[in-house]
Amino acid sequence: MNRIKKRLQENKKILSIYFTAGFPQLDDTTSIIKSLENSGVDMIEIGLPFSDPLADGPTIQASSTQALKNGMTTDLLFTQLKSIRESVNIPLVIMGYFNPIFQYGVEEFCKKCQETGIDGLIIPDLPLEVYQDEYQTIFESYGLINIFLITPQTSTARIKQIDEASKGFIYMVSSASVTGGKNDFSEEQLAYFKKVKDMNLKTPQIVGFGISNKKTFNQATSYAHGAIIGSAFIKFLENKKDSVGEFILNFIKI
Amino acid sequence: MKNSYHIDEKGCYGEFGGAFVPEMLQPNLTELKEQYLNILEDDQFQEEFQDLLKQYVGRPTPLYYAKRLSETYGTKVYLKREDLCHTGAHKVNNTVGQILLAKRLGKKRIIAETGAGQHGVATATVCALMGLPCVIYMGAIDIERQAPNVARMKMLGATVIPAKSGSKTLKDATNEAIRDWISNPTDTHYIIGSVVGPHPYPDLVARLQSIISKEIKKQLLEVEGKENPDYVIACVGGGSNAAGAFYHFLEEENVKLLAVEAAGKGVDSGESAATSILGKTGIIHGSKTLLMQSKDGQITEPYSISAGLDYPGVGPLHAHLFKSKRADFVAITDEDAMKAGLQLSKLEGIIPAIETSHALALLEQKTFKEDDIVVINLSGRGDKDLQTYIDYFKY
Repeated sequence: MNRIKKRLQENKKILSIYFTAGFPQLDDTTSIIKSLENSGVDMIEIGLPFSDPLADGPTIQASSTQALKNGMTTDLLFTQLKSIRESVNIPLVIMGYFNPIFQYGVEEFCKKCQETGIDGLIIPDLPLEVYQDEYQTIFESYGLINIFLITPQTSTARIKQIDEASKGFIYMVSSASVTGGKNDFSEEQLAYFKKVKDMNLKTPQIVGFGISNKKTFNQATSYAHGAIIGSAFIKFLENKKDSVGEFILNFIKI
Repeated sequence: MKNSYHIDEKGCYGEFGGAFVPEMLQPNLTELKEQYLNILEDDQFQEEFQDLLKQYVGRPTPLYYAKRLSETYGTKVYLKREDLCHTGAHKVNNTVGQILLAKRLGKKRIIAETGAGQHGVATATVCALMGLPCVIYMGAIDIERQAPNVARMKMLGATVIPAKSGSKTLKDATNEAIRDWISNPTDTHYIIGSVVGPHPYPDLVARLQSIISKEIKKQLLEVEGKENPDYVIACVGGGSNAAGAFYHFLEEENVKLLAVEAAGKGVDSGESAATSILGKTGIIHGSKTLLMQSKDGQITEPYSISAGLDYPGVGPLHAHLFKSKRADFVAITDEDAMKAGLQLSKLEGIIPAIETSHALALLEQKTFKEDDIVVINLSGRGDKDLQTYIDYFKY
């Protein structure tokens, strides 16, 4: 069974971490993944850096620019991840924009993902309709789960449509914004979390965007099945005052 | 099968176009997609739009027979004087249309991207006219090299926000505008300045600019007794002035369409913006089109002496015109463009924008017959480029 599905079946709030491959140092990819797993993280999103990340705020943009400057490429990422499944068991998802994947060749990319042990893909600028018309068969033949996003502006009808099309989890964007942390969720955001929870979708939801501390993590996971931390972890990597374990503890300690 | 040069039901021109945007933008784009045609075809909208084009923009713009230029090249050259539009370029045709559209959509705030500043000025202008708040994103590097246009936008009441990400130029300004739209999804309308971006923008902007070719047809009929020229020439960055100048000739296969891109320092110099030659199919700003990029799919920074042609992609309509061979694409270097700009100034007393100078340079490169009717879209005036001309010719 796909590791994402398996993990979602466990009765546990998922803590998922995003980081940009090739940041801060080009060769940090595998050591970051390993230390995240050792610290108790449930799932990892590996960011494939892109020159023009439309949906990202300044923190992740800057990390992508730096990663590209460091020399990160699609091929290099697959090389770095070649032996990752010898030591890492948690689900691994690649998050990237469509153009680099399109240039690599969508089928070739999916094939490499399968060989490497990648479980799913999040491609924010590949819309549901294009995925279904052109790429779903390819993704599925390589055992990859494609993750779709919903936002506070997504209509109920479209949420249902996305739920129907989803095989893993729904990436629930917490606010109308690009990535990047705020310290608190507003009443409107909590109402949106509740609305989606009350829809009793078949697909579990994991909240992303704006999860920056234990409070927002707990709030998000009181409605959804898990939460994704991105920019806050990137900021941590920039400064790295503590160990990865200590950063993670900030979110999961009781 | 006869080629179609208009969008299909998915918003595609052949293999190009579409809407490759994050889910965050789906509601905005769906709203726009569902309403733009109804609004554009509404009688009251048209009445208001045509009135503003006439009274405010100064349309119709002349189709001027350039006598001395014609004599020089032994052919009949007509210049479509978009440089005489209010604000000095064709850009305002689109912003006037889109601001009326935004009002009908109930939007309270306008955002736009700009490269050289022409579209930013045209947007700030119509926002002032309608009393709507206006935020313009402009690359930090472009802000430095286009100071007069930045001042104009500020005088018109717009807020100019520097795009400091990536290469700090037009593509990054566009990214920032899209990010703003993601963060302000209900009250804001994004006025894209060219026939680029996700569906329905390429079609929307082409329709608003199509007034250019509509007028050319009417004006040619008056002076030449026929609607169709032999050639229409226009420069292409994103491609809005070319889209407007080509629009009503797209199905007239006997009218040859010449799209002129910026070769920069030469197509093979590594400093160029000749997207049709150097680009490969890819996704930029929500549209599948020809795009300058690395082997790895990272978008590369183009170069041209003209900031308005300095865009790594091209509108999907133009990618389709290129692929289907409906239009011929030619690349003109900085040097040839600058010479052509100077020549027009001296022969006809018109100082053109450097973008337009690229289109004019084709007269030198291509041979036309004596009785050919050649229409060149004079997309903008050169005031904004004075410093570049001064530096180049050492005046």
